[in-house]
Amino acid sequence: MISQLQQKLATGRFVITSEVCPPKGADCGEFLATARGLKGQVDAINVTDNQGANMRIAPLAVASLLVREGIEPVYQITCRDRNRMALQSDLLGAAALGVGNILALTGDHISFGDHRQGKPVFDLDSVQLLQAISTLESGFDLAGNRLQGVPVFFAGAAAAPAAEPFELTLFKLQKKATAGARFFQTQAIFDPDRLARFTTAVSPLNVKVIAGIILLKSAGMARYMNRNVPGLKVPDHIVAELEEASDPVAKGVEIASRLASAVRSHCDGLHIMAMGREELIPEIIKEMR
Amino acid sequence: MIVSKQKPFADILASLDGHPRVFLVGCAKCATVCKSGGEEEVWQMQEALIAAGKEVTGSVVIDEACHMLRVGRDLRARKEMVEEADALLVLACGAGVQSIAASAGKPTIAGADTLFLGNIRRFGQFEQRCSLCGECILTETAGICPVTVCPKGLLNGPCGGMDEGRCETDPEAECVWHQIYQRLKEQQATENLGKIAPGKDFSRMLKPGKLKLDK
Repeated sequence: MISQLQQKLATGRFVITSEVCPPKGADCGEFLATARGLKGQVDAINVTDNQGANMRIAPLAVASLLVREGIEPVYQITCRDRNRMALQSDLLGAAALGVGNILALTGDHISFGDHRQGKPVFDLDSVQLLQAISTLESGFDLAGNRLQGVPVFFAGAAAAPAAEPFELTLFKLQKKATAGARFFQTQAIFDPDRLARFTTAVSPLNVKVIAGIILLKSAGMARYMNRNVPGLKVPDHIVAELEEASDPVAKGVEIASRLASAVRSHCDGLHIMAMGREELIPEIIKEMR
Repeated sequence: MIVSKQKPFADILASLDGHPRVFLVGCAKCATVCKSGGEEEVWQMQEALIAAGKEVTGSVVIDEACHMLRVGRDLRARKEMVEEADALLVLACGAGVQSIAASAGKPTIAGADTLFLGNIRRFGQFEQRCSLCGECILTETAGICPVTVCPKGLLNGPCGGMDEGRCETDPEAECVWHQIYQRLKEQQATENLGKIAPGKDFSRMLKPGKLKLDK
């Protein structure tokens, strides 16, 4: 199946992606209701892979449910819980199920989540996972064996544009591009200048940039995320804005919407993380389309 | 050296339940340096066991407990004390416990947990720098091991959780890729960071490891 997301990005359309967290459990009713609500509003929906190292239903399973619904998923796959055999095996499964968009991630460390005594795998890292995807696309597995059929993917990678030292992160981003990443979905952006610096630096790599925008629902949530979410740092002035607001959610929407407008010219699309308030996404992006 | 740490005394006592007479074994090498089973700790353990109502039939600090032939010889030299005991309590690493268990012919209690192959920072302070992976890449990484020092063992640079050079799992800890980056900068060799490291060959560390030197 040809990725619509890939085609839209290739033709220069500004894309909107979002993410919905798969349920902890096998009942996907609520998950699907949320996803259906986003149909037509967004171009693709990321399904997270045991996000924050908390065990949930397999993202490949819910990605497949989305395909059935006519909603395009971005399958997030991490190296934390699978060795190279399981990664390739799941990727082939994805191709067979019509799940072509892949976000190849290292994965948050297991010590952040709800199964801290589990064995972290990290047999491959995100760069090597991207190489594995490219290898499968060449019709072979990592051991050099020929595959039945040739799977087609649209592979992307994560980026943290605000992380310092920037030069160090840039080395890895270059490797990700060399290994086959064709889009970057970034961590939540709070400083448009940092994104501009990032986009300028990665422009020679010929990788599409989808900038992350997060809906902060309260100052408490922002502080919690600063303590517990790797790679996410909400600046003090934004925490203060939320603190002083009489309606923090409305303020969060206003901040997200403001940032979306500010970063628009520095990217090829936006990735909206609405943190369970996906019904507010249309309001956040209303000036984008 | 192999860093080990004595188990809590209550756990040791629980393991010795039903064994009133105990023979104690320590190690003169690593367990002595990390104070889990040297002369001093063996003596303290003896005092604590007696206070807890156990009889200590004797003790030995072997040089070194992982040396299987030496363990057999040292235990034979204390045959009567060993025979008198119901169990042996070993204050050494897991390698030591096993060579003693193989020679003792009696229940053998592991009195320590074995932690890692450690460098000694200063007296009483140990750090894991090498994870015995069987395929050394230190030449490419400025002499700093990402396999060990990165909690994820990443070979191609920092993960998305690194910021301000800090590790996502411990804000007090410097990201190993930041350390490597700084050292390569000093050596004007940061181009090393641009080379993609292939997936590691984990067949080099399949268990159990064995090495037999050619004559």
